[in-house]
Amino acid sequence: MDGAAEILSVEGVSVRLSGREILHEVSFSIRPGEFTGLIGSNGAGKTTLLRVILGLQAAHAGRVLLDGRPRSHRNPLIGYVPQKFLLDSDMPLRARDLVGLGLDAHRLGIPLPSRARRARIDLMLQAVDAERFADARVGLLSGGEQQRVLIAHALIARPKLLLLDEPLANLDLRAGQEVVALLARIAAEQQIAVLISAHEMNALLPAMDRIVYIAGGRAASGTTAEVVRADVLSELYGSHVDVLNVHGRVLVVAGAGDSSDLHGHEAALPGMEIVS
Amino acid sequence: MSAGAVGALLAPVIEPGFFAAEDVRVAIAVGAVVAIVSGTVGVFTVIRGQSFAGEAFGDLNTTGGAGAFLVGVSPLWGFVAAGVAAAAAMELIGIQRPRGRDLATGIVLGAGLGLAALLLYLGTTLHNTTGATVTILFGSVFTVPSSTIPLVVLLGVAVLAIVAALYRPLLLSSVSAEMAAARGIPVRLLGAAYLLALALAVALAALTIGSILSTALLVGPAATALRLTRRPGVAIVLAGAIGIAAMWLGELLAYDSSHWPPVGIGWPVSFFVVTLIFLAYLLSGTPDQVRRRTQRGA
Repeated sequence: MDGAAEILSVEGVSVRLSGREILHEVSFSIRPGEFTGLIGSNGAGKTTLLRVILGLQAAHAGRVLLDGRPRSHRNPLIGYVPQKFLLDSDMPLRARDLVGLGLDAHRLGIPLPSRARRARIDLMLQAVDAERFADARVGLLSGGEQQRVLIAHALIARPKLLLLDEPLANLDLRAGQEVVALLARIAAEQQIAVLISAHEMNALLPAMDRIVYIAGGRAASGTTAEVVRADVLSELYGSHVDVLNVHGRVLVVAGAGDSSDLHGHEAALPGMEIVS
Repeated sequence: MSAGAVGALLAPVIEPGFFAAEDVRVAIAVGAVVAIVSGTVGVFTVIRGQSFAGEAFGDLNTTGGAGAFLVGVSPLWGFVAAGVAAAAAMELIGIQRPRGRDLATGIVLGAGLGLAALLLYLGTTLHNTTGATVTILFGSVFTVPSSTIPLVVLLGVAVLAIVAALYRPLLLSSVSAEMAAARGIPVRLLGAAYLLALALAVALAALTIGSILSTALLVGPAATALRLTRRPGVAIVLAGAIGIAAMWLGELLAYDSSHWPPVGIGWPVSFFVVTLIFLAYLLSGTPDQVRRRTQRGA
């Protein structure tokens, strides 16, 4: 083991939901400062895996270690940005209120305004380039702006691990790039491990240090060069797939021949783009 | 200007003797407590999308109120008992699951209203009066006895204490139950505690403007407040203020209305309160104005 110790170790995790095996002996680990992409098609088990790490979903086998220890009930170590998050526009909450909740939402009582609290919130908003809309209603912000506020909410308690579930799903290309760049910067500057799930890997390629690729409930992990290869992914899918590099973009396509083995996954392989 | 002169000036609006009558003073005190509690809980009801649960509590209070009338105790006891029982039933059936929530509420509601039909029928027949039925359904804040005030204040303080204690976790879980759960907040327990606060708040509202109309006081001022401010704390204060204004003005108008043509019959307070709440909502602006007010700036 080189460098810092793992902040997150997932060891042989298997999950069954209503009799169906969603995850099968998934193992990987993440170190501080690393930007890791959790890649898989829709329904591959990405959200389930994140929920296991968060302690919201029990695994029927395997274990999750945080900073070398079994996870405790409430873990200030993890910051989390959930999937498909769109606030109602009538929610009476400014961006700074939501970030403030990241600081002390678990505490009882009404928050007392203090200069130190406000300064800390301002600093966090600044770190995600959100000062501009700090006092706007969260529900009226654009998807990219909301993502920044949510990232600030997740980061203000100074976690060591930041989990984001499909944060790019509702964003246009440019907003997505900005969020990825922001997360890569935060990971490097603050030595926070970032684990981000996506069904499409290309947006993450410039920032990704490591990849965890999920297919059919199983996972392969390593650097992109180690994982995004025809032999590794073919074994994962249990069927031949090709990895093509087209103008700097990675395409994972079902191989010629017996594509029926893919059980319908071929329409949604994580690197694939539908060119019309 | 002397106090006498002010009184003379206001005489056409505020009748001499308005504040002297005990039933008026009780109505003013009870109305204020109830409006503050309803506004506070109402803001969370609206942002959690649980207006339907609030409405269900209101309807089920009819059952409790009718039962209390049959037994011969204050309707408030019936409202509270029905609300707490309904909250427990909804919790058991699974009100916390987003999709199960409306279903659970609907099932409990149907069963409870059936019972209300029976109790109201028995009450009306046995006591040979429909007055109690109207009071339960549509309220009559001027008939609240002063002996009920301590209980009203006690329940009101209890509800406010619950909401104040759970303010931050409740706010985050209203934004996203998942985000709250990921932070180790016991979302289920929190939802149950909130449901209890909601049941008690609706019971208090039912005492003043009746079981059927109680949700108007719960949801109306809160919905208006949400259109006026971007801040959760300010929304709660505003909702309480709007509720108090509607309640007091409604009581005043009801008192005055006994002199209105064509006949000297006082109109029900509840009518004025609910109408004023509705007017406040309309006056809070067009969707476009609301959007501009809440979007950017200080």
